[in-house]
Amino acid sequence: MNVQTWTYILVGITFSLYIGIAIWSRASSTKDFYVAGGGVSPLANGMATAADWMSAASFISMSGIIAFAGYDGSVYLMGWTGGYVLLALLLAPYLRKFGKFTVPDFIGDRYYSKTARIVAVFCALIVSFTYVAGQMRGVGVVFSRFLEVDINTGVIIGMIIVLFYAVLGGMKGITYTQVAQYCVLIFAFMVPAIFISIQMTGNPIPQLGMGSTLNDGSGTYLLDKLNGLSTELGFSEYTDGSKKMIDVFAITLALMVGTAGLPHVIVRFFTVKRVKDARKSAGLALLLIAILYTTAPAVAVFSKTNLINTVSNQPYAHMPKWFKNWENTGLLTFTDINNDGKIQFLADKGKNELIVDNDIMVLANPEIANLPAWVIALVAAGGLAAALSTAAGLLLVISSSVSHDLIKKVFRPKISEKGELWAARISATFAVVIAGYFGVNPPGFVAAVVALAFGMAAASFFPAILLGIFYKKMNKEGAITGMVVGISLMLFYILKFKFGVFDGGKEAVEGLKASWWFGISPEGFGTMAMIVNFIVAIAVNKLTPEPPEEVQEIVEHIRIPSGAEEPSIH
Amino acid sequence: MSDHQKKATAYWKENVRYLFILLAIWFLVSFGAGILFKDALNAFKIGGFKVGFWFAQQGSIYVFVILIFIYVRLMNKLDEKYGYHE
Repeated sequence: MNVQTWTYILVGITFSLYIGIAIWSRASSTKDFYVAGGGVSPLANGMATAADWMSAASFISMSGIIAFAGYDGSVYLMGWTGGYVLLALLLAPYLRKFGKFTVPDFIGDRYYSKTARIVAVFCALIVSFTYVAGQMRGVGVVFSRFLEVDINTGVIIGMIIVLFYAVLGGMKGITYTQVAQYCVLIFAFMVPAIFISIQMTGNPIPQLGMGSTLNDGSGTYLLDKLNGLSTELGFSEYTDGSKKMIDVFAITLALMVGTAGLPHVIVRFFTVKRVKDARKSAGLALLLIAILYTTAPAVAVFSKTNLINTVSNQPYAHMPKWFKNWENTGLLTFTDINNDGKIQFLADKGKNELIVDNDIMVLANPEIANLPAWVIALVAAGGLAAALSTAAGLLLVISSSVSHDLIKKVFRPKISEKGELWAARISATFAVVIAGYFGVNPPGFVAAVVALAFGMAAASFFPAILLGIFYKKMNKEGAITGMVVGISLMLFYILKFKFGVFDGGKEAVEGLKASWWFGISPEGFGTMAMIVNFIVAIAVNKLTPEPPEEVQEIVEHIRIPSGAEEPSIH
Repeated sequence: MSDHQKKATAYWKENVRYLFILLAIWFLVSFGAGILFKDALNAFKIGGFKVGFWFAQQGSIYVFVILIFIYVRLMNKLDEKYGYHE
């Protein structure tokens, strides 16, 4: 059987599974819809959180980015896992004890203010929409490459599937499909990695294979070999990297804090029964995530070495079939600058003839390593699982922000339970349609902004939530000013240094690098914006009245685990 | 301050102390070993890995997982000590 048949079979089976689960776990109340009834087991929640968290970016793009960035790629590995330590220790247990439905719920109640709630809704919507558009695009890429349908048809198929289980099942449907999606995606990621690790180093554990000697009898360590190949072609050493230390530091911290502040991750901890379960499921989530995250750098090393060996200085006419397949998608291009019929893959931009998109390394990896057709098809099904599970989690945040935080809490407080459930379903439908629109017509900035969503979460939510728990006397004036100043500063820095808005547009961006504040890139600036948020919030807090007595009591109450209420219906 | 409040304050103090210790380790393995002292540590090797590079791409992640489970254990014990367990 060929790759395409296998892909149809595997994608067909996994999709029917997701739809089956969705029908089985329909939501019948708003509590089901927002927090899956509040009785999810720690393990199921850990798996769902892991699938929710690992998006098309983790599954498809990350290994590729690391393959080309080497040591510098560590910012994603540490940043996107270290955030769970912050989440587990500083936020999740207390938010669970607080026991509401959404992040704006916490901000609105803790800071006793509708303004605070609306600011939080606004931040949650910006962060989630930019993120979800990228997921729909990922679905389109997988469909177009492996099933050879048009990229837009792919996006629409993805939309229909997500619509089905997110609208029908809400958080309950999403949780149990995510459990299945975790199994699919982790299996799909590990199988090719293990195959290739055995092929290249003889060690079946990719995490160890990465640090082993090559299988070719030379006794050379794989990493030394790759360092040698890299310097030969004019790149810096793979294990060294070229970013400034302060920037690596800032990006890592911004990603960690952003991870802890992302609303679609935080809400997952509202679905477990007890505070104790929230802590445990954060640990399980990170353990399950770490399986992929410690394998990804190994995949990066394997695929980069394989790629260089296959293409460097080889005749174009002898390239294997995968090379031509990816050329057709435009994600891999070859221009024979010196007309010798061979591929020159070099650091020198004037002489380099091969451009490889980051996104194809994981998808092409099994083909480059000549693995069987079913493994290649499995990777396609895994990529879809990763993109769909994250998209569904984000759509839920968007719909609950609208139906619960805006309609129920601000505009129509008298709406009935049934009415609110319908409002949630309708807003989920709208959100899917808008996300699909951005998937079909990606604005040029989507890819750039996805990474920046973390900076925005770091600059807005993290300080407000942390101070809300650990600083009893924090008042609404401080928290609101902090969030507004933090996110505005972040947006300003992105517009200035990522888009060159104030200096004549995109072309100016390269030239502006020299004037980055403290040498920190827009990706890492979330760290600075977060610090500013903290300083502003505390300064304003000192100049304005203390929060009311009953709010200080709420803070004392959430610090103690016993008697975690079921999320109350209101 | 009532006994009730005294107990809550003592519990919170112990909790915060744990957080400081665990987050210090969190900082040391990632920002310390993986970034600030990476070059110095890269002078040493474990198998094919330079040590600083290993912490940045492998070691820090393992430690993160362990830290959360240690936290879970410590807190479960603390909850029991103060009678706050559910």
